[in-house]
Amino acid sequence: MNALVSLGKIFKFNGGVHPPENKAQSTQLPIAKLSLPASLVLPLRQHVGNIPKVKVSVGDHVLKGQLLAEAEGMVSAAIHAPTSGTITAIAEAIIPHPSGLPDHCITLQPDGLDTWIDHHGIDWRNTDKRTLVNSLRLSGIVGLGGATFPTHVKLNADGRSGVHTLVINAAECEPYITCDDMLMRERATEIVQGIAIAQHLLGATQVLIGIEDNKPEAIAAMQQAIANSTMQVVVVPTLYPSGDARRLVHLLLGEEIPYNKRATEVGIQVFNVATVLALHRFFDIGEPSISRIVSMTGNVSQPRNFEVLFGTPLMHLVDAAGGAKPDTTHFIMGGPMMGFNLPEANVPITKAANCIIAASPNLFAPPPPAMPCIRCARCADACPVSLQPQELYWFAKSDNFEKARDYKLFDCIECGACSYVCPSDIPLVQYYRYAKSEIIAADKAKEAADLARERNEARLARIEREKLERAQKHAERAQAAKTDANKDLNTGNQQAVRSETSEATQATPADANDAKKVAIAAAIERAKAQKLNSTAELKSDVAKPAQASTESQTDASADEAKKAAIAAAIARAKAQKAAALQSGVAPKNVEAASTSVQQEIAEIDARRQAVGITPVEQPPQAQADKQAAIAAAIARAKAQKAAAEAAKAAETSEKKD
Amino acid sequence: MIRSPYISDAPSVSTIMGKVLLALVPAIAVYVWMYGGGILITLTLATLTALLTEALMLQLRDRPVKPFLSDYSAVITAWLLALAIPPLTPWWLIVLGTAFAIIFAKQLYGGLGYNPFNPAMVGYAVLLISFPVLMTKWPAALQLAQTPLSFSEQWQFIFSGQLPQGVLIDAVTSATPLDYLKTQLKLEQDISVIQSAPLFGTLGGKGSEYVAVAYLLGGLYLWQQKIISWHLPTAFLGVLALFSAAFWLADAAHYASPVFHLFSGASMLCAFFIITDPVSGPTTPRGKLYFAGGVAIITYLIRVYGGYPDGVAFAVIFMNICVPLIDIYTQPRVFGHEK
Repeated sequence: MNALVSLGKIFKFNGGVHPPENKAQSTQLPIAKLSLPASLVLPLRQHVGNIPKVKVSVGDHVLKGQLLAEAEGMVSAAIHAPTSGTITAIAEAIIPHPSGLPDHCITLQPDGLDTWIDHHGIDWRNTDKRTLVNSLRLSGIVGLGGATFPTHVKLNADGRSGVHTLVINAAECEPYITCDDMLMRERATEIVQGIAIAQHLLGATQVLIGIEDNKPEAIAAMQQAIANSTMQVVVVPTLYPSGDARRLVHLLLGEEIPYNKRATEVGIQVFNVATVLALHRFFDIGEPSISRIVSMTGNVSQPRNFEVLFGTPLMHLVDAAGGAKPDTTHFIMGGPMMGFNLPEANVPITKAANCIIAASPNLFAPPPPAMPCIRCARCADACPVSLQPQELYWFAKSDNFEKARDYKLFDCIECGACSYVCPSDIPLVQYYRYAKSEIIAADKAKEAADLARERNEARLARIEREKLERAQKHAERAQAAKTDANKDLNTGNQQAVRSETSEATQATPADANDAKKVAIAAAIERAKAQKLNSTAELKSDVAKPAQASTESQTDASADEAKKAAIAAAIARAKAQKAAALQSGVAPKNVEAASTSVQQEIAEIDARRQAVGITPVEQPPQAQADKQAAIAAAIARAKAQKAAAEAAKAAETSEKKD
Repeated sequence: MIRSPYISDAPSVSTIMGKVLLALVPAIAVYVWMYGGGILITLTLATLTALLTEALMLQLRDRPVKPFLSDYSAVITAWLLALAIPPLTPWWLIVLGTAFAIIFAKQLYGGLGYNPFNPAMVGYAVLLISFPVLMTKWPAALQLAQTPLSFSEQWQFIFSGQLPQGVLIDAVTSATPLDYLKTQLKLEQDISVIQSAPLFGTLGGKGSEYVAVAYLLGGLYLWQQKIISWHLPTAFLGVLALFSAAFWLADAAHYASPVFHLFSGASMLCAFFIITDPVSGPTTPRGKLYFAGGVAIITYLIRVYGGYPDGVAFAVIFMNICVPLIDIYTQPRVFGHEK
């Protein structure tokens, strides 16, 4: 396992493509700091994982770097104020997501003073690692390479990670994107300081910095910055997708991370170069994650890299780059291989935005109509995962999902190399995305059905048991009444009255006990659901780049989602009713639970309130969170429906051709 | 909706097919030089038939005609069939074969990309079985023929079946080297004696060996252009050479040399142009080796023990049947998975 690197040795992966780089345009000018926009819109969901919990309210004045929303659950990331100003709204707004649907955002109106909150670095070398990682939860730092996976999750909390090698991903293999390149050219020393922190936290003995050979200035700067350390810069050939974490690890170490394992399980951890810089700023200076470098390129007058505050409107960035040329049709977030069309030009810049490309028909010609697959297997030659894309296409097209899974569909990283080389111009990746979402939806449905069956069986058993218990109680009571009547007629009467009332409200001690059991069961269910959710996310997210993970989170077919949405609405209504019944008691934070679980919980709550048990304390934000979750579920379902329709459309158009 | 990748860099299907046609041009030129211009007539007839039947079938199948006609795949089928059958045959033979190949072997299976069998080889097999006599009437190389036919005389023969006054069919045709070898071996002749006949050249048959070399050159061009991978031709020629070498080394008097097998019959055409058809062939690298090796072995067995002088068409069709199986069992190891 202790792989040692002999300098200069590169372990090639299968395939890969070398598209025109188009990086020179945006590297002519140094990184510029973007001016303050009129307002900042901060989506709560800028990372992979749970929506963070909002800690401010409309009207609050906040300072630069102040916590606006804190990480909720294990996989989540905090949001901070990128500048000082006033919170003007906490509401839905359009976010940079392929679905084009709105999500919860905090709107901040800058006061122009840019006043920092009191902040300072910490002596991380002499601080307990657990404390460091816990404090990292407050940093808002996520993977800035585009995957946006919360960084504190990647740094094992126990500080004994078993990681021997830290790989710094500075390959930046996608065309057009140059933010990491410029960052290394200009801030190599700070990057190396950040690497030292990551190395310290992981206890890694070896540090390898992988950079593609098309960035000579960055390579030189990094080599200079690491001069007096044991770190190594490894120059890798320019070949897309060498920046994919698994591909890069293979290039540098010759090690294939098993498909079902994370890098850390084989003693390797991969961090993007911008992420480690964020670590440096957080630990050495105390600055949370409030900005990033964004390449603004493509069809703009002056392509350039900017340091952009999160929440900055896209058009503010476009204007700073000299404005979009007249024939610009839309904007792409990410690179031309894995990026996506932004739904509107007024979306905010988020943590995932490494590059914005102004697109025109000149730059990206619309693809010609697809021809049939001629089985030339160029896609297989280009696939960096050694898949058989032509077979996967065939299976996806014929809805033969089981076969697609057998042929390792889920190992596909959606890099697009197959589509790039396809002579028939088949949108292969879209077929894979479609098949993946269909399979995931089917799996979820099956899981839900299993869960429902289990719960129903448990419920029937409980009803049976309660019936028996009640019968026994009746018998006992009858016995007691008999003896009491003999003792004291007066008290006996009272007792009878009391027992009558209590029977009506079902509040006998035994029943209260039952309710408690139900509550405990519900709590366990919730925990299970949450765990399920988070593990699923972990699995899908670590392995895949950002676009892949957002896609894979689409979780139900349109029809089912509609039903689920209705069920959720009913659940919400019930919960609200229950809340109204007992004011001051808000429903639980059930954001992570599935809709069916939510409904169940709502019912339990209602039952408990009837017995007069106060539900466990909950944050007032929970209600908003739940609504957000439901809205998000609907949004996801809609997006999925759109995707399915589009895939169908693509298929029909192909058939026609 | 994610539509990435937004960029692509691939030759279109038309470009790929066009390069295959281009790679056949040297062989056609040598053919004309060795056998006269008659082949150009057959090629033209085949091309027209292919385009017409393809258009007709697309129309009947309610598919757009223009994009599929301009992918040149039908033209390739036509050319390969025309080059595979004897050039001095009545016009209707090539028309029938081409039409069958396009209609039955290609369009009825769903057109481009869906045919399990190599259409040209299906057309060839149908003609060989239906018209065995015509299919073995190969013209002699011009330098060998008693009375070499001019282009107009070949034209006349193809369309009317008329030979010039006083010329008999045997004067313009001859057995192919493979055919001659087979019949003479049955007469218990020694290989060395058989191959001293004027029919034989240095590598294979006189005249036809140059065509074979031209196929080889065209094939190398396709390899250089990354239209075909090395796997198929190398495995086919390698296994054919190995197999024939084994027999030849054991008994040189009764088995022809590997060089003869490589440069005779349809070996070179098969290695670079027939088995390299991506649609009806396997897609995995290992599968390509098995497929081509299988074609080579069957071809050799038919040549030596079968009822026909050459066996490429049947070997290819048989191996086409095996393609799904080959593909299933030769899946490459996926990144991060155990074997």
